[in-house]
Amino acid sequence: MERRDFLKISGIGMGTLVLPVIGRPIHAAELQSQLSLSVKKSLADAGLATARKLGATYADIRIGRYLNQFVVTREDKVQNIVNTESMGVGVRVINNGTWGFAATSGLNADSVTSAVSNAVNIAKANSKYQEKPVVLAPVDGVGEVSWRTPIKKNAMEIPIKDKVDMLMEVNAAAMGAGADFINSILFLVNEQKYFASTDGSFIDQDVHRLWAPFFATAIDKSTGKFKSRNGISAPVGMGWEYLDGRDEDKVAGVTTRYDKSYDMVEDARNAAMQAREKHTAKSVEPGKYDLVLDPSHLWLTIHESVGHPLELDRVLGYEANYAGTSFATIDKWRSGDFQYGSDLVNLVADKTQKGSLGYVAYDDEGVPTKEWDLVQDGVLVNYQAIRDQVQVIDEERSHGCCYADSWSSVQFQRMANVSLKPGKEKLSVDDMIKDVEKGIYIVGSGSFSIDQQRYNMQFGGQLYYEIKDGEIAGMLEDVTYQSTSTEFWNSCAAICDESDYRLGGSFFDGKGEPSQISAVSHGSSTARFNGINVINSSRKI
Amino acid sequence: MAILNEKDAMALMNKALGFSKADECEVNLNGNVGGNVRYALNTVTTSGYVDDTTMVVQSSFGKKVGTTTLNQFDDDSIERAVRASEELARLAPENPEYMENLGPQEYLEGKGYVKATAAIDPDFRAKAAANSIVPSREKGLTAAGFFNDQDSFQALANKKGLKAYYRNTNVDFSTTIRTEDGTGSGWASRDYNDVSKLDTAEASDIAIQKALMSRDAKAIEPGKYTVIMEPAATVTLIGNMAGGFDKRLIDEGRSFLTKEGGGSKVGEKLFDERVTLVSDPQNPDCPYSPWAGDGQAHNKQVWIDKGVVRTVGCSRYWAAENDLEPVPVPNSFAMEGGDDSLEELVKSVRRGILVTRTWYIRTVDPQTQLYTGLTRDGTFYVENGEIKYPVKNLRFNESPIIMLNNIERLGKPVRINGNMVPPMVIRDFNFTSLSDAV
Repeated sequence: MERRDFLKISGIGMGTLVLPVIGRPIHAAELQSQLSLSVKKSLADAGLATARKLGATYADIRIGRYLNQFVVTREDKVQNIVNTESMGVGVRVINNGTWGFAATSGLNADSVTSAVSNAVNIAKANSKYQEKPVVLAPVDGVGEVSWRTPIKKNAMEIPIKDKVDMLMEVNAAAMGAGADFINSILFLVNEQKYFASTDGSFIDQDVHRLWAPFFATAIDKSTGKFKSRNGISAPVGMGWEYLDGRDEDKVAGVTTRYDKSYDMVEDARNAAMQAREKHTAKSVEPGKYDLVLDPSHLWLTIHESVGHPLELDRVLGYEANYAGTSFATIDKWRSGDFQYGSDLVNLVADKTQKGSLGYVAYDDEGVPTKEWDLVQDGVLVNYQAIRDQVQVIDEERSHGCCYADSWSSVQFQRMANVSLKPGKEKLSVDDMIKDVEKGIYIVGSGSFSIDQQRYNMQFGGQLYYEIKDGEIAGMLEDVTYQSTSTEFWNSCAAICDESDYRLGGSFFDGKGEPSQISAVSHGSSTARFNGINVINSSRKI
Repeated sequence: MAILNEKDAMALMNKALGFSKADECEVNLNGNVGGNVRYALNTVTTSGYVDDTTMVVQSSFGKKVGTTTLNQFDDDSIERAVRASEELARLAPENPEYMENLGPQEYLEGKGYVKATAAIDPDFRAKAAANSIVPSREKGLTAAGFFNDQDSFQALANKKGLKAYYRNTNVDFSTTIRTEDGTGSGWASRDYNDVSKLDTAEASDIAIQKALMSRDAKAIEPGKYTVIMEPAATVTLIGNMAGGFDKRLIDEGRSFLTKEGGGSKVGEKLFDERVTLVSDPQNPDCPYSPWAGDGQAHNKQVWIDKGVVRTVGCSRYWAAENDLEPVPVPNSFAMEGGDDSLEELVKSVRRGILVTRTWYIRTVDPQTQLYTGLTRDGTFYVENGEIKYPVKNLRFNESPIIMLNNIERLGKPVRINGNMVPPMVIRDFNFTSLSDAV
């Protein structure tokens, strides 16, 4: 369904980047305002009263104001500055044991009560095909509460000029260091979400996120070849302070990597030099290698091979027609001994990690958030589940990972932050590399593909370095690795300690029909995986 | 707001233009009305109805541009939006690549609207879901799917007198039907402008048959195989490749169509001579708007002619900088084929693999257009012209440029994702690993 406008950013090396943009562009000054709490409460009260009157056994009302700002540049030009706002009300009810959903952009009692009535009618119509009534795990009403992402500097309040100046400095640094082209972008998101339900919760949340990617390209005209290196920042649940680039947040090594703040100018300069260096890098010999994976790379492997297959709605078949199902079936979990990874592997889900994209106090069905184990000492122990599914895995309370990307989208199970716990023993990256005889060190995320049940995966990165007899032996190119999810995690032979723990993440993770986006972080320390199959991706055409 | 006809749309846009004090002002008005049904586990899970109209106002002073959007259409709201776009334009830095608005243009007649599709109601949508769910239940199978219909219009007007209007309908249906033991999965997809061409029961029956046929798939060695690719198996690969047909990227040296030492491969034969790729907004099977978002006219265009790259897209800015004619990028493409049905193609193959669809396609190397992805929902071994047994899904690492040089035979094109693509027999398609996914 084409309910959204799309922002097309052409000329980013490999074609056109199409980004979902929900809402209407607005003036920057409006990005700093808030909807009145009393207005939201009265609209919610009207909607919930109507739902009860029409016989709904449950109802929730989400009043949302979704703000975005995008600044898009290439080389020495600002291509676009877009401010968008989307406001409205989404209503979900259970009637005849069946879900019904409707939404309205009208922020008045008549529109909300009309949407409630539509939702009830849809529930009644759909109940013809409902074999078993919806059962909701209980949640305690929390009354009137509020929460805000703990930001130090609201990025929406930073003047446009400062943002443009920063991106121009980034681009100039890359061009000065050997890039022929660079695109740099700022994405700022503020979700102002009010949730009310017949359980007695009235939850007001103010959620902030930020991402600052770039794409640098170096051309070799003599060969007709082009090589790119993307930025290795993490999208974050933070404010403008993430772009302070503090020295204490820098991690030295083959290239500077970043923890709780990001020096975008420095990374762009490095990227340009590395894109140039790729033209003369050695093409990889295919074969088995021990891989040393930096957190800026490993987050995406975690996302695809752990985060998605352990979404309970996928496991049950609700996503069968689109994203697919999962190899991590209920019988494997029930067995209690399904070896997802080696005994070093501990994977946790959470919606509470500070600075992460998934961090909120309550999910979009009013459930308080928490951290929970998915894989303990290598064994599958749990999934990610919401109120209408969690009974399937014998639990009484939702995990709190329900999300909708807009007031006009129905909320459903979305990935929590899923992270690899650091190793318990003290281990630095340098010490890890010293032990590797024949390996490849990979930094940054690149090409990624995995099947619809999340068995067979193939990943690439941004930077590849050959490891020979415990030392970095130079840059490699044309590297991509293939494995299966369980072979990969069972080959995990070492994990660096918590001093190396960093977050990566996805700002635009897609799921559902009509498709919805969400943002999610994945943390890890550098980890080693033994004997992984590496193929050479170069071709002649 | 309901769908507006051309006269009413122009009246609303002229109101906005009348408020303008900027050097230039251009207004887009887009509206759509439609519904959807999603089902899984033989049950309707969600359904929705959308009625949305949006106006985009772009004002400019010289090369400083500002944009606002509104969805309330009283006079005050429209004037406020025009003023806000002018304020943003004054604050914005100059965009040296900004191109002045176009004046009046000549357009082909739009062919995308079909009254019957605009008349789809909730009962029709529920029946579409039932056409998958009911026979699946009867056979002990599990159906999931999505049905979506849309009646929409787009209109464009500016102070230079450009006027454009296009109305369009679309219906999309896809279903995945799985065996209860999870060892078999089948899929079918249909999309049309005209709902009378859609038979959801027929499509569901194909998915059912494939689910039953694909149980207990055998493992085969990865390697290079002759493949019979259904249109859904190649449409993304071809579309991704065609998306790289861009004059600026070629000139900047970051396209597979850039020559060693500079220059362009346009005009060279890069594909099998049976490969011809055209776009035509009046193609009766896959029509699209006869005008692009900036008002440029879409006309019939030949992109690849008998294997030779003839045309690439070129923005108005890049055309002006280089004294070229701009070429807008079309909304869909049609690849020519032969007369054979899929069944006849299967009969022509001595040993090969029939691929229903491909999935999770990602670029591995943009330089060579190398993509990876996997087969899904119906992969079968073919011997002596007959489907012998299902095989496990396979990962490929292959370039559409190589694929379109290794054509053995082309069948009759069918519509897929708004494009026309023939089923194809391709030799030496490169599978690199097996997947246990069903």
